[in-house]
Amino acid sequence: MGKVARFILRRKGGKGWHWTDIFTWVWLVGGLIIMFGPAVWLVFSSLKTPAALAEFPPSILPYVTSQATVEGYDKPLMLYDAKMPDGSTRVLAEVRRIGLVAQMVDPKAPAEIVKVNINDRTPVRTMSFATENYTEPFVHFDFLRYLWNSVFVTVVATVITLVVNSMAAFALSKYEFKGRSLAMLVILATLMVPLSVIMVPLYSIISTLGLFNSLWGVILPTVATPTGVFILRQYMLTIPDELIDAARMDKASEWQIYWRIVLPLTAPALAVLAIFSVVWRWNDFLWPLIVLSRRELYTLQVGLSIYSGELNVQWHFILAMTVVTMIPVVLVFIFLQRFITTGIAGTGLK
Amino acid sequence: MAPVNAVMRIIDVPLRRLQKATGIGGMATFFLAPNMLIFGIFVLLPLVINFVYSMTGGTAFFLSERDFIGGEQYSRLFQCQNYLDPMSCQEDAFWTAVGNTFWFVVLQVSLMILTALITALILNRELAARSFWRAVFFFPVLLSPVVVGLIWKWILQRQGLLNFGLYQFGMDPYTWLTDRNWTFAATIGVSLWAHMGFYALIILAGLQAIPKDLYEAAEMDGTKPARVFWRITLPLLAPNLLVVVVLALIKSVQVFDEIYVLTGGGPGTSTLFLTQYIYETGFASALRNPGLAAAASILMGGVLVVLTLIQLGIGKRGENKGKR
Amino acid sequence: MGEIKLTDVKKSFGALAVLKDIDLHIKDGEFVVFVGPSGCGKSTLLRTIAGLEKVSGGEIAIDGKRVNEVTAADRGLAMVFQSYALYPHMSVRQNLAFGLENSNMPKAEITERINEAARMLEIEAYMDRRPGQLSGGQRQRVAIGRAIVRRPTAFLLDEPLSNLDAELRVSTRAELAALHARLGSTMIYVTHDQVEAMTLAHRIVVMRAGKIEQVGTPLELYNEPANRFVAGFIGAPHMNFLGADVLAVSAGAATLSFSRGYRADLQIGKAKLHVGEKVTVGVRPQHLVVSDDPQHPAVKIYLVEALGSETVVHGDLGGEKVLAVLPGQQKLNAGDTVHFDLSKPVLHVFDDNGLRLFTHPGSGA
Repeated sequence: MGKVARFILRRKGGKGWHWTDIFTWVWLVGGLIIMFGPAVWLVFSSLKTPAALAEFPPSILPYVTSQATVEGYDKPLMLYDAKMPDGSTRVLAEVRRIGLVAQMVDPKAPAEIVKVNINDRTPVRTMSFATENYTEPFVHFDFLRYLWNSVFVTVVATVITLVVNSMAAFALSKYEFKGRSLAMLVILATLMVPLSVIMVPLYSIISTLGLFNSLWGVILPTVATPTGVFILRQYMLTIPDELIDAARMDKASEWQIYWRIVLPLTAPALAVLAIFSVVWRWNDFLWPLIVLSRRELYTLQVGLSIYSGELNVQWHFILAMTVVTMIPVVLVFIFLQRFITTGIAGTGLK
Repeated sequence: MAPVNAVMRIIDVPLRRLQKATGIGGMATFFLAPNMLIFGIFVLLPLVINFVYSMTGGTAFFLSERDFIGGEQYSRLFQCQNYLDPMSCQEDAFWTAVGNTFWFVVLQVSLMILTALITALILNRELAARSFWRAVFFFPVLLSPVVVGLIWKWILQRQGLLNFGLYQFGMDPYTWLTDRNWTFAATIGVSLWAHMGFYALIILAGLQAIPKDLYEAAEMDGTKPARVFWRITLPLLAPNLLVVVVLALIKSVQVFDEIYVLTGGGPGTSTLFLTQYIYETGFASALRNPGLAAAASILMGGVLVVLTLIQLGIGKRGENKGKR
Repeated sequence: MGEIKLTDVKKSFGALAVLKDIDLHIKDGEFVVFVGPSGCGKSTLLRTIAGLEKVSGGEIAIDGKRVNEVTAADRGLAMVFQSYALYPHMSVRQNLAFGLENSNMPKAEITERINEAARMLEIEAYMDRRPGQLSGGQRQRVAIGRAIVRRPTAFLLDEPLSNLDAELRVSTRAELAALHARLGSTMIYVTHDQVEAMTLAHRIVVMRAGKIEQVGTPLELYNEPANRFVAGFIGAPHMNFLGADVLAVSAGAATLSFSRGYRADLQIGKAKLHVGEKVTVGVRPQHLVVSDDPQHPAVKIYLVEALGSETVVHGDLGGEKVLAVLPGQQKLNAGDTVHFDLSKPVLHVFDDNGLRLFTHPGSGA
């Protein structure tokens, strides 16, 4: 243990605690709590029953108060640890409460009523995971549908993005032709045109094409990403032109050169773009919100926001579905974090 | 892979014929076409139509059903007795959104750069498990805005984690999201939480690009750490930092998703930002006016173009410096 | 058959003309080397023959057929690239098979050809490895193998040895020569290394600034360089050039005066020379002979490189740098003065424009 602690707490120079060392650790530990805390809180909360969610102060872990069916009473009664005047504690069920006094019975001997001051009793609580928060929305609401829509949009958009962008990047990196710099300029210019600037006319185009209330209307406007073309083109520029020449001498058609030579060699950049695309499309919100107005077409993000905006918010379901929505991104984060961070550091794109 | 390869071989047959007809150079057009087509239809065309839209009136979405009204939408946006008081304007929601967005951008970006810089400097130290700590700060970046909005809505609500924390210190719970000022502060805090890691990562990359021997040379000269920071780290980081500032500005001006989920623009219009104004004017409100939304979006686009050109200018200058 | 004929071939990139009126006839089975300094257009010429670059004018014919409009794939040629250009994501075997599969050859024949090439090049041991796992020399063999399996009408080799270390280059050079003898196919080889050119070529094409300076066998170029450029380019170390004036001309002979008034009598054959004309005299470092006669031009030595088998002397002859390669081990030091008899070695005399006027046969050592 001492060794581990020394390793973790090793400092520059190794002698004494400089104020920057203290600040560093305050920042890091504070960051750990602030960055992960909310998500952890969300996960714990999502496992609580509606009753536990309404409690204040809330418990950290999902506890429920134990109940017992007692002979002579129709409803199940809450169980409490009650302190007796003689100092012993007994598990009693509460029948009713009058002012500061609770009338309680022993579940084993239900005939006798014991009066206990409410400050002398604490609820018997056991940990219980409200897994129905997760199963119910899939069965009784459309969440399975939303999940499927999200997966469909993410997968299809990513595949098209990879194909279309890699083709364009291939043309822009391995061919000399008139208008190449114009094409580059056009792509560069579109970097400046975020969705928020063109959403009104884009909506009219989608409507004209009959893509309103269609998942394709969500997918198509997103697939020709300038960032994707850039990432891939930068990478393809590093593939030696002699390889292309060699393939041409080897009687390969241009399509074969693209498919059998250039694409396999661009795999690392394609992987980075694929990860980005999955995260982008999974997280997309504003555009699906505009294009999709029928419930059965909602993606998870839209469905979640609509449900959470309703007057009578069913938080226990919302929280559970938020966790479900978070899962793919967390998986990507855990397994592909290195790819993403180097990708961002290399391109400055998000 | 085998079936995919078979498909590709079938595709190759007509494409070989196309290549025969167009020559090798012609195939470039073929490869570029799908992307350009999608760009054209879904980015360039809307951009052009947007201008037409902003000069037409009515609630219809089809251009043919809209009446040309010239610059009326713009003059409506700009009709104000006092530009500093949104309520004196005809389109008071627009000016409220402009004001909110302005203060949001100023506060969020400056806090963002400060926290991201501190985080990057700390992550650049010789830490044990550095990639773990980097991951800690980067984690929220990938979360969807809706998830971010909901997480914080859950924390800030009356029975939420924040009030629980205050309760532990004997303070009374408070309904944070019904207080105008606290909600505005929350939007800044939440967007910091969600995006700080991204900027910290870019700054960190810039820090790691500074040659180590400069620090060793400074150490040999007995330079004090504070002086090393002001005279070596900061000047060498400056181009990188400028890019981060402009990038943060561009993103910040467009703020929408997580705030919309968190506050819905409220309470009142205290967290109504430009993108939400455009969205609601164009689509959501009962009195929708796509032309007005288009005009507002063009104004916002102008700001973004200026910012992007600044960014490109900085990038160019940085490149030239590198060459020399 | 692998006869390649270039007529008036021109190539320009925009306003920049990189090939100017190239005429060349390469016979079937010939080993031709294009040599010249970098940027002379030799690689571009090879690529236009390959079909990777389009000519801007003139005609390229293979076996009598015009191929200007034929794509690289259909010209029936194979190329070995400077970087080898092996497909990094394919095994050696797949690299060799790729081109054959593209021409829809039956599987059995592909296997047979690959095995044959693998045997010939002794690369059987690493057929299933990827190029990244091979050494430079092994990659080089695979690149040649990829060309061989195609059974091309001609091989085009673009500086194929330049990425190998010096020792490997010498042995691979010999193997290439043996391979050519065995296959008997036409080979066109581009290099900037005149030693490679001399050792490999049947005929050498010396190029400069997009033009062919001279075409000939290695010894023709060495013995009778057409101009000063070829003379300087072929042979190592480079030929010495000394300025001289024509003092007197008589039938078949002339007297030249070098700087500081040193004189030499040369046999000029049938060449025409005018008194007073300025000429440049070229002499190979190996041909210089030390003389005891102080009347002969004096060279002040500033560096002596003793290589054991020979001694390289750097000196100064009346303001002009002179390099001499003397046989064996000479007792010379920096600061010494030696005399060279300039009538004894072979001398090439060039006119003002650098064209060779005549060669003084010399009288040997």
